[in-house]
Amino acid sequence: MAGIFILLFYYFLGTLVAYLIGNFIPGSIMGMLLLFLSLVFKIIKPEQVRKSATFFLDNMMLFFIPLGVGLVASYALIGKFLTAITIASAVSTVLVLVVVALIAQKMEGKKDA
Amino acid sequence: MHNLIHSQLFLLTFTIGVYVVALWSYRKTKIMLLHPLITSLLVIIAGIKTADIPYQEYAEATKIIDFMLGLSVVALGYLLYEQMTHMKGNITAMVTAILVGSVVGIVSVILIAKALGADPRIVASLEPKSITTPIAVTVCAHSGGIPALTAIVVILVGIFGAVIGPFVLKKLGIESKLARGLALGSAAHAVGTARAMELGAVEGAISGLAIGLMGVVTAVMVPVIEAIMRFFE
Repeated sequence: MAGIFILLFYYFLGTLVAYLIGNFIPGSIMGMLLLFLSLVFKIIKPEQVRKSATFFLDNMMLFFIPLGVGLVASYALIGKFLTAITIASAVSTVLVLVVVALIAQKMEGKKDA
Repeated sequence: MHNLIHSQLFLLTFTIGVYVVALWSYRKTKIMLLHPLITSLLVIIAGIKTADIPYQEYAEATKIIDFMLGLSVVALGYLLYEQMTHMKGNITAMVTAILVGSVVGIVSVILIAKALGADPRIVASLEPKSITTPIAVTVCAHSGGIPALTAIVVILVGIFGAVIGPFVLKKLGIESKLARGLALGSAAHAVGTARAMELGAVEGAISGLAIGLMGVVTAVMVPVIEAIMRFFE
Protein backbone atom coordinates (compact mmCIF):
# COMPACT_ATOMS: atom_id res chain seq x y z
CA MET A 1 0.00 0.00 0.00
CA ALA A 2 2.92 2.35 0.71
CA GLY A 3 3.92 1.89 -2.93
CA ILE A 4 0.47 2.91 -4.15
CA PHE A 5 0.64 5.94 -1.88
CA ILE A 6 4.02 6.96 -3.34
CA LEU A 7 2.70 6.67 -6.91
CA LEU A 8 -0.43 8.66 -6.03
CA PHE A 9 1.63 11.23 -4.16
CA TYR A 10 4.00 11.74 -7.12
CA TYR A 11 1.03 11.94 -9.49
CA PHE A 12 -0.40 14.69 -7.30
CA LEU A 13 2.97 16.41 -6.90
CA GLY A 14 3.51 16.26 -10.67
CA THR A 15 0.08 17.74 -11.31
CA LEU A 16 0.80 20.51 -8.82
CA VAL A 17 4.20 21.36 -10.35
CA ALA A 18 2.71 21.20 -13.86
CA TYR A 19 0.00 23.63 -12.73
CA LEU A 20 2.59 26.00 -11.25
CA ILE A 21 4.52 26.14 -14.54
CA GLY A 22 1.33 26.88 -16.48
CA ASN A 23 0.48 23.26 -17.45
CA PHE A 24 3.23 23.28 -20.03
CA ILE A 25 3.56 19.51 -19.75
CA PRO A 26 1.00 16.99 -18.41
CA GLY A 27 0.94 16.32 -14.64
CA SER A 28 1.49 12.57 -14.91
CA ILE A 29 4.62 13.10 -17.01
CA MET A 30 5.92 15.64 -14.50
CA GLY A 31 5.17 13.04 -11.81
CA MET A 32 7.17 10.45 -13.72
CA LEU A 33 10.17 12.81 -13.94
CA LEU A 34 9.94 13.69 -10.23
CA LEU A 35 9.74 10.00 -9.26
CA PHE A 36 12.74 9.25 -11.46
CA LEU A 37 14.76 12.10 -9.90
CA SER A 38 13.74 11.07 -6.36
CA LEU A 39 15.05 7.58 -7.06
CA VAL A 40 18.30 8.91 -8.55
CA PHE A 41 18.90 11.22 -5.57
CA LYS A 42 17.89 8.45 -3.16
CA ILE A 43 14.99 10.37 -1.63
CA ILE A 44 13.01 7.15 -2.00
CA LYS A 45 14.31 3.61 -2.35
CA PRO A 46 13.45 1.49 -5.40
CA GLU A 47 12.16 -1.32 -3.12
CA GLN A 48 9.47 1.05 -1.83
CA VAL A 49 7.79 1.36 -5.22
CA ARG A 50 8.93 -1.82 -7.03
CA LYS A 51 5.85 -3.94 -6.36
CA SER A 52 3.23 -1.30 -7.10
CA ALA A 53 5.09 0.10 -10.11
CA THR A 54 5.46 -3.39 -11.58
CA PHE A 55 1.73 -3.99 -11.24
CA PHE A 56 0.91 -0.82 -13.17
CA LEU A 57 3.61 -1.40 -15.79
CA ASP A 58 2.57 -5.02 -16.41
CA ASN A 59 -1.08 -4.14 -16.96
CA MET A 60 -0.58 -0.89 -18.77
CA MET A 61 -2.39 -1.91 -21.92
CA LEU A 62 -5.66 -2.29 -20.06
CA PHE A 63 -5.52 1.33 -18.97
CA PHE A 64 -5.71 2.66 -22.56
CA ILE A 65 -8.89 0.84 -23.38
CA PRO A 66 -11.41 3.52 -22.24
CA LEU A 67 -9.48 6.14 -24.26
CA GLY A 68 -9.21 3.82 -27.23
CA VAL A 69 -12.93 3.12 -27.31
CA GLY A 70 -13.22 6.87 -28.00
CA LEU A 71 -12.37 5.92 -31.58
CA VAL A 72 -16.11 5.50 -32.14
CA ALA A 73 -16.55 9.19 -31.38
CA SER A 74 -13.98 10.42 -33.95
CA TYR A 75 -14.41 7.76 -36.58
CA ALA A 76 -15.49 10.13 -39.38
CA LEU A 77 -12.68 12.64 -38.82
CA ILE A 78 -10.05 9.88 -38.86
CA GLY A 79 -11.51 8.27 -41.97
CA LYS A 80 -11.34 11.58 -43.82
CA PHE A 81 -7.60 11.97 -43.20
CA LEU A 82 -6.55 8.33 -43.38
CA THR A 83 -4.07 8.86 -46.23
CA ALA A 84 -2.37 11.81 -44.51
CA ILE A 85 -2.16 9.82 -41.26
CA THR A 86 -0.64 6.78 -42.95
CA ILE A 87 1.91 8.63 -45.12
CA ALA A 88 3.02 11.06 -42.40
CA SER A 89 3.46 8.28 -39.81
CA ALA A 90 5.28 5.87 -42.13
CA VAL A 91 7.72 8.42 -43.59
CA SER A 92 8.42 9.98 -40.20
CA THR A 93 9.08 6.54 -38.66
CA VAL A 94 11.69 5.73 -41.30
CA LEU A 95 13.32 9.14 -40.73
CA VAL A 96 13.58 8.50 -36.97
CA LEU A 97 15.15 5.07 -37.59
CA VAL A 98 17.71 6.49 -40.03
CA VAL A 99 18.64 9.58 -38.01
CA VAL A 100 19.01 7.78 -34.67
CA ALA A 101 20.99 4.88 -36.16
CA LEU A 102 23.39 7.11 -38.12
CA ILE A 103 24.08 9.54 -35.25
CA ALA A 104 24.52 6.76 -32.69
CA GLN A 105 26.87 4.77 -34.92
CA LYS A 106 28.94 7.81 -35.83
CA MET A 107 29.32 9.11 -32.26
CA GLU A 108 29.99 5.70 -30.77
CA GLY A 109 32.72 5.09 -33.35
CA LYS A 110 34.41 8.39 -32.52
CA LYS A 111 34.72 7.50 -28.87
CA ASP A 112 36.19 4.10 -29.62
CA ALA A 113 38.82 5.49 -32.02
CA MET B 1 -31.71 -6.57 -17.89
CA HIS B 2 -31.26 -3.23 -19.67
CA ASN B 3 -30.15 -1.55 -16.46
CA LEU B 4 -27.77 -4.36 -15.69
CA ILE B 5 -26.00 -4.10 -19.06
CA HIS B 6 -25.69 -0.33 -18.65
CA SER B 7 -24.29 -0.67 -15.11
CA GLN B 8 -20.75 0.26 -14.17
CA LEU B 9 -20.25 -3.21 -12.71
CA PHE B 10 -21.08 -4.90 -15.99
CA LEU B 11 -19.05 -2.52 -18.17
CA LEU B 12 -15.96 -2.88 -15.97
CA THR B 13 -16.28 -6.68 -15.88
CA PHE B 14 -16.82 -6.79 -19.64
CA THR B 15 -13.83 -4.51 -20.36
CA ILE B 16 -11.36 -6.36 -18.15
CA GLY B 17 -12.71 -9.73 -19.32
CA VAL B 18 -12.18 -8.85 -22.99
CA TYR B 19 -8.69 -7.59 -22.19
CA VAL B 20 -7.73 -10.80 -20.35
CA VAL B 21 -8.92 -12.96 -23.26
CA ALA B 22 -7.18 -10.70 -25.82
CA LEU B 23 -3.93 -10.89 -23.87
CA TRP B 24 -4.20 -14.66 -23.64
CA SER B 25 -4.81 -15.14 -27.39
CA TYR B 26 -1.91 -12.80 -28.24
CA ARG B 27 0.47 -14.78 -26.05
CA LYS B 28 -0.76 -18.08 -27.54
CA THR B 29 -0.55 -17.05 -31.20
CA LYS B 30 2.25 -14.40 -31.12
CA ILE B 31 0.69 -12.71 -34.18
CA MET B 32 1.69 -9.04 -34.08
CA LEU B 33 -1.55 -7.78 -35.63
CA LEU B 34 -3.50 -9.53 -32.86
CA HIS B 35 -2.06 -6.89 -30.52
CA PRO B 36 -4.22 -7.14 -27.38
CA LEU B 37 -5.09 -3.45 -27.45
CA ILE B 38 -6.34 -3.64 -31.05
CA THR B 39 -8.42 -6.81 -30.52
CA SER B 40 -9.81 -5.53 -27.19
CA LEU B 41 -10.87 -2.26 -28.78
CA LEU B 42 -12.56 -3.97 -31.72
CA VAL B 43 -14.52 -6.33 -29.47
CA ILE B 44 -15.52 -3.62 -26.97
CA ILE B 45 -16.52 -1.13 -29.67
CA ALA B 46 -18.63 -3.82 -31.35
CA GLY B 47 -20.11 -4.74 -27.95
CA ILE B 48 -21.20 -1.25 -26.93
CA LYS B 49 -22.54 -0.57 -30.44
CA THR B 50 -24.66 -3.72 -30.27
CA ALA B 51 -25.94 -2.93 -26.79
CA ASP B 52 -26.56 0.68 -27.86
CA ILE B 53 -24.42 2.19 -25.11
CA PRO B 54 -23.25 5.75 -25.96
CA TYR B 55 -19.49 6.36 -25.68
CA GLN B 56 -20.02 9.01 -22.99
CA GLU B 57 -21.77 6.47 -20.82
CA TYR B 58 -19.03 3.89 -21.36
CA ALA B 59 -16.33 6.46 -20.59
CA GLU B 60 -18.10 7.46 -17.40
CA ALA B 61 -18.40 3.83 -16.23
CA THR B 62 -14.73 3.05 -16.92
CA LYS B 63 -13.30 6.28 -15.52
CA ILE B 64 -11.41 4.35 -12.85
CA ILE B 65 -9.43 2.46 -15.51
CA ASP B 66 -8.59 5.74 -17.21
CA PHE B 67 -7.36 7.13 -13.89
CA MET B 68 -4.94 4.21 -13.56
CA LEU B 69 -3.30 5.34 -16.80
CA GLY B 70 -1.95 8.41 -15.00
CA LEU B 71 -0.51 6.21 -12.27
CA SER B 72 1.14 3.91 -14.79
CA VAL B 73 2.79 6.92 -16.46
CA VAL B 74 4.19 7.89 -13.05
CA ALA B 75 5.33 4.26 -12.57
CA LEU B 76 7.39 4.63 -15.76
CA GLY B 77 9.72 6.83 -13.70
CA TYR B 78 10.68 3.71 -11.77
CA LEU B 79 11.26 1.74 -14.98
CA LEU B 80 13.45 4.50 -16.37
CA TYR B 81 15.49 4.48 -13.14
CA GLU B 82 15.99 0.69 -13.30
CA GLN B 83 17.10 0.86 -16.93
CA MET B 84 19.48 3.78 -16.31
CA THR B 85 21.22 2.15 -13.34
CA HIS B 86 21.88 -1.04 -15.30
CA MET B 87 23.12 0.83 -18.29
CA LYS B 88 26.69 1.25 -19.43
CA GLY B 89 27.93 2.64 -22.70
CA ASN B 90 28.27 5.89 -24.50
CA ILE B 91 25.59 8.00 -22.79
CA THR B 92 26.40 11.15 -24.80
CA ALA B 93 25.97 9.31 -28.09
CA MET B 94 22.66 7.85 -26.94
CA VAL B 95 21.20 11.09 -25.63
CA THR B 96 22.27 13.09 -28.70
CA ALA B 97 20.87 10.52 -31.12
CA ILE B 98 17.56 10.35 -29.23
CA LEU B 99 17.28 14.13 -28.96
CA VAL B 100 17.79 14.66 -32.69
CA GLY B 101 15.63 11.63 -33.51
CA SER B 102 12.80 12.94 -31.39
CA VAL B 103 12.85 16.40 -32.98
CA VAL B 104 13.09 14.94 -36.50
CA GLY B 105 10.17 12.61 -35.72
CA ILE B 106 7.92 15.36 -34.39
CA VAL B 107 8.76 18.01 -37.00
CA SER B 108 8.55 15.61 -39.97
CA VAL B 109 5.19 14.19 -38.97
CA ILE B 110 3.76 17.69 -38.44
CA LEU B 111 5.04 19.02 -41.77
CA ILE B 112 3.94 16.00 -43.82
CA ALA B 113 0.50 15.77 -42.19
CA LYS B 114 -0.07 19.52 -42.63
CA ALA B 115 1.09 19.40 -46.26
CA LEU B 116 -1.45 16.64 -46.88
CA GLY B 117 -4.16 18.86 -45.40
CA ALA B 118 -4.75 17.09 -42.09
CA ASP B 119 -6.97 18.69 -39.44
CA PRO B 120 -5.09 20.25 -36.44
CA ARG B 121 -6.56 17.60 -34.13
CA ILE B 122 -5.14 14.88 -36.37
CA VAL B 123 -1.71 16.59 -36.42
CA ALA B 124 -1.73 16.82 -32.61
CA SER B 125 -2.58 13.13 -32.43
CA LEU B 126 0.39 12.16 -34.62
CA GLU B 127 3.09 14.25 -32.89
CA PRO B 128 3.89 11.63 -30.22
CA LYS B 129 3.58 8.64 -32.60
CA SER B 130 7.06 7.22 -31.92
CA ILE B 131 6.77 6.89 -28.15
CA THR B 132 5.33 4.37 -25.77
CA THR B 133 1.49 4.47 -25.65
CA PRO B 134 0.93 5.76 -22.08
CA ILE B 135 3.16 8.79 -22.61
CA ALA B 136 1.89 9.24 -26.18
CA VAL B 137 -1.81 9.39 -25.27
CA THR B 138 -1.05 11.73 -22.36
CA VAL B 139 0.93 14.09 -24.61
CA CYS B 140 -1.79 13.89 -27.29
CA ALA B 141 -4.63 14.72 -24.89
CA HIS B 142 -2.56 17.62 -23.58
CA SER B 143 -2.07 19.13 -27.05
CA GLY B 144 -5.69 18.76 -28.10
CA GLY B 145 -5.48 15.59 -30.18
CA ILE B 146 -7.61 12.45 -30.21
CA PRO B 147 -6.02 9.99 -27.73
CA ALA B 148 -7.81 7.03 -29.33
CA LEU B 149 -6.19 7.80 -32.68
CA THR B 150 -2.77 8.17 -31.04
CA ALA B 151 -3.14 4.79 -29.31
CA ILE B 152 -3.88 3.04 -32.61
CA VAL B 153 -1.23 4.93 -34.62
CA VAL B 154 1.42 4.21 -31.97
CA ILE B 155 0.78 0.46 -32.17
CA LEU B 156 0.77 0.44 -35.98
CA VAL B 157 3.94 2.57 -36.09
CA GLY B 158 5.53 0.05 -33.71
CA ILE B 159 4.62 -2.89 -35.90
CA PHE B 160 5.72 -1.04 -39.07
CA GLY B 161 9.03 0.05 -37.51
CA ALA B 162 9.76 -3.40 -36.16
CA VAL B 163 9.08 -5.03 -39.52
CA ILE B 164 11.06 -2.64 -41.76
CA GLY B 165 13.62 -1.61 -39.10
CA PRO B 166 16.17 -4.41 -39.51
CA PHE B 167 15.94 -4.04 -43.31
CA VAL B 168 16.56 -0.26 -43.19
CA LEU B 169 19.45 -0.71 -40.75
CA LYS B 170 21.03 -3.27 -43.06
CA LYS B 171 20.68 -0.96 -46.09
CA LEU B 172 22.37 1.83 -44.13
CA GLY B 173 25.19 -0.51 -43.11
CA ILE B 174 24.62 -0.07 -39.38
CA GLU B 175 26.82 -2.60 -37.58
CA SER B 176 26.87 -1.06 -34.10
CA LYS B 177 24.72 -2.93 -31.59
CA LEU B 178 24.11 0.31 -29.73
CA ALA B 179 22.89 2.08 -32.88
CA ARG B 180 20.63 -0.81 -33.88
CA GLY B 181 19.00 -1.15 -30.48
CA LEU B 182 18.63 2.59 -30.06
CA ALA B 183 17.06 3.07 -33.50
CA LEU B 184 14.53 0.26 -33.04
CA GLY B 185 13.50 1.40 -29.54
CA SER B 186 13.18 5.06 -30.47
CA ALA B 187 11.28 4.54 -33.72
CA ALA B 188 9.11 1.57 -32.72
CA HIS B 189 9.00 1.56 -28.87
CA ALA B 190 8.11 -1.80 -27.25
CA VAL B 191 7.35 -3.61 -30.51
CA GLY B 192 10.75 -2.49 -31.82
CA THR B 193 12.38 -3.64 -28.59
CA ALA B 194 10.89 -7.11 -28.99
CA ARG B 195 12.48 -7.16 -32.44
CA ALA B 196 15.79 -5.80 -31.09
CA MET B 197 15.88 -8.64 -28.57
CA GLU B 198 15.80 -11.09 -31.47
CA LEU B 199 18.94 -9.37 -32.83
CA GLY B 200 20.71 -9.76 -29.49
CA ALA B 201 20.60 -9.12 -25.74
CA VAL B 202 22.64 -5.90 -25.99
CA GLU B 203 20.39 -4.51 -28.70
CA GLY B 204 17.34 -5.45 -26.59
CA ALA B 205 18.58 -3.76 -23.42
CA ILE B 206 19.58 -0.57 -25.25
CA SER B 207 16.29 -0.55 -27.10
CA GLY B 208 14.43 -0.71 -23.76
CA LEU B 209 16.34 2.31 -22.54
CA ALA B 210 15.64 4.10 -25.83
CA ILE B 211 11.87 3.77 -25.21
CA GLY B 212 12.17 5.64 -21.91
CA LEU B 213 14.52 8.33 -23.18
CA MET B 214 12.50 8.90 -26.34
CA GLY B 215 9.30 9.12 -24.28
CA VAL B 216 10.65 11.70 -21.87
CA VAL B 217 12.40 13.78 -24.54
CA THR B 218 9.36 13.76 -26.82
CA ALA B 219 6.96 14.67 -23.99
CA VAL B 220 9.05 17.78 -23.34
CA MET B 221 9.80 18.58 -27.01
CA VAL B 222 6.19 18.40 -28.31
CA PRO B 223 5.01 21.53 -26.41
CA VAL B 224 8.29 23.31 -27.22
CA ILE B 225 8.02 22.58 -30.95
CA GLU B 226 4.31 23.51 -30.94
CA ALA B 227 5.18 26.87 -29.36
CA ILE B 228 7.97 27.52 -31.89
CA MET B 229 5.70 26.60 -34.83
CA ARG B 230 2.93 28.87 -33.54
CA PHE B 231 5.47 31.69 -33.34
CA PHE B 232 6.39 31.32 -37.00
CA GLU B 233 2.84 31.00 -38.28
